[in-house]
Amino acid sequence: MDNFLQIDSLKKSYNNNEAVKNISFFIKKNEVVGLLGPNGCGKTTTIGMILGLIKPTSGKIIINEKDIEKHKIEILNKINFISPYIELPKKLTVKQNLSIYARLYGVENFKNKIDYLCEKLRLKNIINNITGELSSGQKNRVSLAKAIINDPILLLLDEPTASLDPETGDFVRSFLENYQKEKGNSILLASHNMNEVERLCSSVLMMKEGKIIDSGSPKELIKKHGRKNLEEVFLKLTRKNEF
Amino acid sequence: MNFDRMYGLFLRHFYLIKGSLPRVLDLIYWPSIQIILWGFISKFFTSYSDYYNNTVGIILTCAILYDFLFRSSISFNMLFLEEIWSRNFTNLFITPLKINEIIISLIATALIRTLIGLIPAIILTSPLFGVSILKLGFPLMLLFLSLYIFGITLGLLVSSGLLRYGPSFENIAWSSLFLLAPLGCIYYPIEILPNFFQVIAKGLPLVYIFDEARNILINGTINYQNLIFAYMLNLIYLVFGITMFYLCYSKAKEKGTLMNMGE
Repeated sequence: MDNFLQIDSLKKSYNNNEAVKNISFFIKKNEVVGLLGPNGCGKTTTIGMILGLIKPTSGKIIINEKDIEKHKIEILNKINFISPYIELPKKLTVKQNLSIYARLYGVENFKNKIDYLCEKLRLKNIINNITGELSSGQKNRVSLAKAIINDPILLLLDEPTASLDPETGDFVRSFLENYQKEKGNSILLASHNMNEVERLCSSVLMMKEGKIIDSGSPKELIKKHGRKNLEEVFLKLTRKNEF
Repeated sequence: MNFDRMYGLFLRHFYLIKGSLPRVLDLIYWPSIQIILWGFISKFFTSYSDYYNNTVGIILTCAILYDFLFRSSISFNMLFLEEIWSRNFTNLFITPLKINEIIISLIATALIRTLIGLIPAIILTSPLFGVSILKLGFPLMLLFLSLYIFGITLGLLVSSGLLRYGPSFENIAWSSLFLLAPLGCIYYPIEILPNFFQVIAKGLPLVYIFDEARNILINGTINYQNLIFAYMLNLIYLVFGITMFYLCYSKAKEKGTLMNMGE
C-alpha cells in the first residue's frame, strides 16, 4: 500500500461538540505533511487519535496497513511524538530519561543509540545534567532525542520549534530535514510557523473548525489562492466567513 | 508482558528516589515520627488500660501495620501524581506500555518506596520502646501481604480517579485512607463501633487483619479464619480495583484527558 498513514472519515465529539468532523487524509511513505489551522481547530485532537490517546467517535486510522485500535502496542512501538506541552521527568538526568524511554520502546543496544543521538543533537555536554535545569532549547533537543529513540516510521510533531530562539529553531528544522532524508520516515507536522512548514513539508492540510478545508503542496496552495506565501494563504482561509 | 518495559518504568521512579536525598529523608521522616508518637501513646496505655495490660506494643504494632497500609497506598498514588506533576503523562501513555505492565511495575515500585520508609521506623521501635514487630513471626508476613494488597487496591482506585478526572482528583488521593481508618478498627475491636458502622466495617479486610494482629499479640495463637476472610475480601476488592482502572482508562480515552494531562 502506498499510503503509510490512512485516516478515513474520522470524527470526534465531546458531548455535543464536534472537535473533528469526518476528516479523511493520507500520508505516503517518506512524506512530510503539515497540519495547519488556528488554535482549537482539531489538530491536537487528530494527533491524539493517531497516537491512540483519544478514542475516535467514528472512523478508522490505519498505520502501516494496521488498524490502531486492533494493533495499538505494535504500532506505538514504531511511532513517536514531540510537543512543547509535554515534558520529560524534570528531576532525572538526560541520560536517565533517554535510557528509560529506550527500554520502554525496546531499543536494542540503547547505550550506542543514546551516544549517537547525543552526538547528532549536541547533547554530549549535558548528558549528565538534570533535565529540569536545562534551557528550553536544550530541553527541546532532549525531547527530540526521545522522540526518535525508537527510529519511528511515523513521527508526529506538534509545534516542535515553538518558543525556541531562531538559531535553535533553525538547528531543529535542519536536523529534522536531514533525519527524514536519512531515515525515509513519514512525518506529520502541526505548526503555526509557516516558514517551517514551507521548508519541511511536501504537502499541507488546512484545518478549520474540525474540518480539512484545503490541501496541496505549499506552492500549489499559494498559487491557487493567489497569495505570496503560505502565511497569507493561512490567513485567507482561516479568516474567510469569520465576520 | 514485557519485562524490559516494566523495568523501564520501575527505573523512572527508582532514579527519582536515588537522586534525591530530601526525597529519601521525606520517605523515612513521616513513618518514623508516626511510630515514635504511637510508641509513647502505647507506653501510656499499657500502663493505664486493662485491655492492653501486660501486652506491651499492641498499639505500636498496629500503628506500624497501619502505616504500612497507608504508605503502600500513598506510594502507588504518588507514582501517578509524579507523572502528572512532571507533565510526563502523555509521553508514557504513547509508549508501547500495556496497562497490566504499568500496574505490575507500579506495584513493585510502591513496595520499595514503602519499605524505604518503614524499615527504619521498625528498627527504631526496638531500642526506643523494647518492641519488635518481628516477634509476630511468620503470620506477620501474611498480615503485611494482606495489607499490601489492600493498599495497592486503594491506590488503584484513586489512580483510576486521577486517570478519569485528572489532577483535580489529587485531594481525594491524599484523604482516601483517612476515610477508612475509623472503620478499619486498627486500635480497637469492632464492637466499639455503632451497629450500622459494624456492618460496613465487616466488609473491609482491615477489621480481620487488625483483629488477628491483636489476637496473636494478646493470646499468642493464630486464627487462620480471620486471615482467610481478609484475603477473600482483598481478592474481591483487587479485582474491582483493576476493573475500575481499565474502565477509567477507557473513559479517559473517550474524554481525551490523556492528552496534555498535567497541572
